[in-house]
Amino acid sequence: MAEYLRQYLTPEWLAYVVAALVHAFLLVNLLAVSALVFIWLERKVSGRIQDRLGPTRIGGKFGWLQTLADAIKLVTKEDLMPADADRMLFLLAPYAGFVASYLGFLALPFADGWVAVRLNVAVFFIAAVLGLEVFGVILAGYGSGSKWSLFGAMREAAQVVSYEVPLGMCIVIPVLIAGTMDLVTIGQMQEGWFTQWFVLHDPFTFIAFWVYFTCATASVNRAPFDLAEAESELVAGFHTEYSGFRWSVFFLSEYGSMFAVSGLAAILFFGGWNGPLPVTHWLGLADSTNPFLHYLGNFLGMLNFVAKCIFGVTFMMWVRWTLPRLRIDQVMTTCLKYCTPISAAMFLGAILWTYFIPGGLIVPNNDGVVREGQMIVGSYPPADEAAQSDADAPPASVARAGVEGN
Amino acid sequence: MSRGRQHLSEMVMSGEAFLEQLKSKFGDRITGANLTAIDPWIEVAPEGLVAVCEHLRDDPQLRFDMLNCVSGVDYFEPDEKKAKKLDWDRHVEVVYHLSSLSNKTSLVLKVILPRWKDDKPGQLPEVPSVSGVWSTADWHEREVFDLMGVWFTGHPDLRRILCPEDWVGHPLRKDYEMPLEYHGIRGR
Amino acid sequence: MATQVDDPRIIEFDVRTDEMLVNMGPQHPSTHGVLRLVLRTDGEIVSETTPHIGYLHRCAEKIGENITPRQWIPYTDRMDYLAGMNMNLGWALVVEKLLNLELPEKARHLRVLIVELNRIASHLVGMGAYGLDLGTFSPFLYAFREREKILDLFEEACGARLTYSYLTVGGATADLPPGWLQKCEAFLDQLLPVIKEYHTLLTSNAIFVRRTVGIGVLPREMAIDHGCTGPVLRGSGVNHDLRRDGEQRYTEMYDGYAFEVIVEQDGHYPRDHDYPPVPKQAVLGDCWHRFYVRMLEVMQSIDLIRQAIDRYSTATGSFGEPVKLTEKLPKGEAYMETEAPRGQMGFYIVSTGNGAIPWRARARSSSFCNLSVTEKLCRGCLIADVPAIVGSLDVVMGEIDR
Repeated sequence: MAEYLRQYLTPEWLAYVVAALVHAFLLVNLLAVSALVFIWLERKVSGRIQDRLGPTRIGGKFGWLQTLADAIKLVTKEDLMPADADRMLFLLAPYAGFVASYLGFLALPFADGWVAVRLNVAVFFIAAVLGLEVFGVILAGYGSGSKWSLFGAMREAAQVVSYEVPLGMCIVIPVLIAGTMDLVTIGQMQEGWFTQWFVLHDPFTFIAFWVYFTCATASVNRAPFDLAEAESELVAGFHTEYSGFRWSVFFLSEYGSMFAVSGLAAILFFGGWNGPLPVTHWLGLADSTNPFLHYLGNFLGMLNFVAKCIFGVTFMMWVRWTLPRLRIDQVMTTCLKYCTPISAAMFLGAILWTYFIPGGLIVPNNDGVVREGQMIVGSYPPADEAAQSDADAPPASVARAGVEGN
Repeated sequence: MSRGRQHLSEMVMSGEAFLEQLKSKFGDRITGANLTAIDPWIEVAPEGLVAVCEHLRDDPQLRFDMLNCVSGVDYFEPDEKKAKKLDWDRHVEVVYHLSSLSNKTSLVLKVILPRWKDDKPGQLPEVPSVSGVWSTADWHEREVFDLMGVWFTGHPDLRRILCPEDWVGHPLRKDYEMPLEYHGIRGR
Repeated sequence: MATQVDDPRIIEFDVRTDEMLVNMGPQHPSTHGVLRLVLRTDGEIVSETTPHIGYLHRCAEKIGENITPRQWIPYTDRMDYLAGMNMNLGWALVVEKLLNLELPEKARHLRVLIVELNRIASHLVGMGAYGLDLGTFSPFLYAFREREKILDLFEEACGARLTYSYLTVGGATADLPPGWLQKCEAFLDQLLPVIKEYHTLLTSNAIFVRRTVGIGVLPREMAIDHGCTGPVLRGSGVNHDLRRDGEQRYTEMYDGYAFEVIVEQDGHYPRDHDYPPVPKQAVLGDCWHRFYVRMLEVMQSIDLIRQAIDRYSTATGSFGEPVKLTEKLPKGEAYMETEAPRGQMGFYIVSTGNGAIPWRARARSSSFCNLSVTEKLCRGCLIADVPAIVGSLDVVMGEIDR
């Protein structure tokens, strides 16, 4: 978009600023709206799981506006701060957490090329930035001046730091297959039928996905790993002392992170914006040179992507409302004794698989739908060439077929 | 199916025989008994309480392994006119309800105390604690102390349990009067 | 210690961390009301737990000395408010014992029916709340869904949903309305398959098992020594149930009923064949066993209710008209315990033979004794185990503080 604006705005930096502002505005809204929807969804899903209806009154039959009513209530609530709290940290903490979960969206493509900042190290960036969310929790726990909050923060620190290890290893597996850290490229490589999705690439990626999902659930503090806010043990954990708007910011960042890790899962393992059937190709939208049709194709792709994210989030909700919570030592055992070795083995397995049996498991190569020049798994350029092309632009082969970023 | 718990008199030995046995063992520390009451009871002198209880718990024939309840009862009629007509003197009773899980028997022990030690109001009467015999007594004696004002000597941690720690008086005493004010809260 | 350091102070200085005193409660989500536990913690490890009770003390015993026994019935409702019927029964029986009152047969079957139904309701809450303590919310609502139906039945019988005051001295305040027994049977029929759902959600759930097995082990001797009763005692493997081993006046209610005491024998529970087996790592007396005993007692109660329905519908006589509100009490004293859902609930009544008002009314609470073991059970456990242990004791603060 910056390139587009540069044609009209005279000082070059102004174009960048405006573009950045527009991106930021869109993403903040996306995060807020998605949190609104997810909180409503959480209530509905938990209601259905628990044999009740969930919200039914506000905003029509399904209680669409329940979250909005909640938000208004939260914003109008008195903003309390304990006398013992560390004032600056207490005020800063929710935003620190929120910024971390928000930053993840910067590099997350919603459709082919629809990404705020197309990074060649997007995977790395998201993994790193989502890990920063722990700062918000630790600051909140420490700054609250409450013992329960401190317990929550310490648990969170221990848990997130250890789960970063298997999580990172699981993320590396699709990266290894794709040979790039650029999420747009990774998405483009899974174009076509659902058999092209990395989750079905080989048995190792299939297992790696489940490990990834477990670790992701743990790293965003969802049940059964919600030890940092374990309400039956620690009252409310790190956000015990928060109320009103600041408390809702914590919620916003929690749902934002859920969205982000589900989105990452969707791109890394489930083909991103590519549907299970290459519908956009049949309709000729993806290959169209007509900007409008192309836009339409991308829009459908985005719907696809969002649907996958919502599915991931719903899955997390399902898990949350079914399972009891683990104990802290069991959480650590799960991570260190199970997740880490399994993900390491899957990593090794995926390396060997791509070395000896290049290509997917079910349909090893493209099935005619994939465009010419599409990079095929296992047959991309040698390492040095890839490294070269990785520097700034996506690999040449992809660039040819892919669409320029907006 | 139903066997039903019986009183000691019908199960292990007759009430009289049991009482005789206790008396021969503890002498004048068994100060009285009522075997015809609904729940027959045996009265024990405070100084012999712990020895009797240990015997009841450890004797292979008796095995009263569970202490069900410790209650305090204050026999005091504040109304002088009514008090003259009564057939009992003013006193405080501590009642121990025991049962044996293996024999399915139950037993009631009573300790009769003056309302105040040495008849000085405010001086709590003293009983040796049986919390060393049954751990149940730990909390139950604290409750009796709290509500009835009986001091259990030898109790490891005799604090108030139901009332706040700075509460004044023992509410289940018949002459207890609610304080006028407690930390700014109106009492009466 | 493996490594030897010349100066032990170095290690101590390096490794020593500060202990922290944490107040769990009285306002805490998992202390079942207003229990306050002061935890001395070293990191996540709890080295000492001190329970403080009395936040719900409502002077019930003092009130009992100033009103007649029938007037005190509503106060017993408010002791164990989850099992009001059982509390009513306990007090009614002890007053009947003092009055030496015999009940008609029909009244006895009515009491069994009502009391066992309340036991199911109480155990359902106990189960659901235990799920909450372990961090799962859904079983709680499932349990309340079923409990709601029991409350509907009670509402139809006596007009109240929580504080019933239904069973009273001399019998009950009213007979069951027509059609009630059919509704009760229909409820039992649909409850049976639902119980299996609870077992899949909790009893056999891998996380649940890992959270409860081997945690808070209460040895048999300690349970007896502390006066623990009910499912807590039976969970420790003591074969004792007042419905079988209680006083004549109480057990005759259950005369001729077929039931087995739910207690583990040789690694098996009675009629556990339909339900998840005892996990291999489970230790007798741990949280899992206490929970399981409760779950099986629900089945036991269902059986008892079915038998009671049969007997009640064929029994002759009245449902037990209550005695006069100001029935004169004879001189004497009586103590009696009944098997309430949480353990043996004892009542003690002393009368000086002066009118209708007892000299002393005393309630021996089951949860009171059960809770007194927390101090020992929680020694050295993790913070997360504290709710698990307290929850498995299934205490109701209203009963403890009275």
